[in-house]
Amino acid sequence: MTEHKHPNYMGIFWILLSVTVVEVGYSTLKVPRPILILGLVSLAGFKALLVALYFMHLKFERKSLGVIVASTLILGAILVSVGIGEHVLPRP
Amino acid sequence: MANHAIAHEHALEPPSATGIPHDKMGMWVFLCSEVMFFTGLIGSYIVLRFASPTWPHPGNTLNIWLTAFNTFILICSSVTMVKALASVRDGDLRKLKLFLSLTLLFGATFLSIQAYEYRHLLHEGFNPHVSLFGSVFYTTTGFHGFHVFCGVVCMSFVTGKAFLGKYTQAHHQGVETIGLYWHFVDLVWIILFTIIYLF
Repeated sequence: MTEHKHPNYMGIFWILLSVTVVEVGYSTLKVPRPILILGLVSLAGFKALLVALYFMHLKFERKSLGVIVASTLILGAILVSVGIGEHVLPRP
Repeated sequence: MANHAIAHEHALEPPSATGIPHDKMGMWVFLCSEVMFFTGLIGSYIVLRFASPTWPHPGNTLNIWLTAFNTFILICSSVTMVKALASVRDGDLRKLKLFLSLTLLFGATFLSIQAYEYRHLLHEGFNPHVSLFGSVFYTTTGFHGFHVFCGVVCMSFVTGKAFLGKYTQAHHQGVETIGLYWHFVDLVWIILFTIIYLF
């Protein structure tokens, strides 16, 4: 890990807590399902990103480690997308 | 002082071709395999849900507020974990022990609440063979709970070492390594809570 000052961990904690409360509140709203799912996935993704960047210190790590992690995430995204596509896309 | 400590720590480490300590790199590679493991579980859940003509609303079966509180507990544990690492880097071994103990306590609390939730759900008749949702719910949250349990066991070991004075400002790679695992478990829960409890 490259040298850096400690990030504001308590600030990140309050953001994570606030977004969790927003998430639970948002899930009770009567909005169209695609918008609900998109909103919830975005909020969860934002929280996960904060944990990875600041608590796991990925933001301060070497680029090579970021590439390793990113390639895993891309593979995972492909895996899930293919599965979803099997059911969502029209069959020939 | 913190920067000096980190620089000193790196000076004592054996040379690494990647520039990243070997045990830390090993943990990251392990976590990448864990990403694929949980992607398989989450992907299966999403595919099954898309394929099912009907799916019960989670809020009708699960206690969302209890689990939201459990999510709060796990987020707290991540903060105490990262504060433990920051403390040992700053040379404050008293705070290291305090924050590791708190992390252990939060982890045990999370598991206790999950056990209470399971007991309540099973008592209500919601078990793994009652529906597809039940099967997927217990598989995904059960595997995550098992990961938290493993984390608590490893955390006990690391906390014990901290109380025995085995970690110093210059030598504390074990704290960082278990921390990475712990944050990953928290990260996975953030995703699971959203897709299983809130969708």
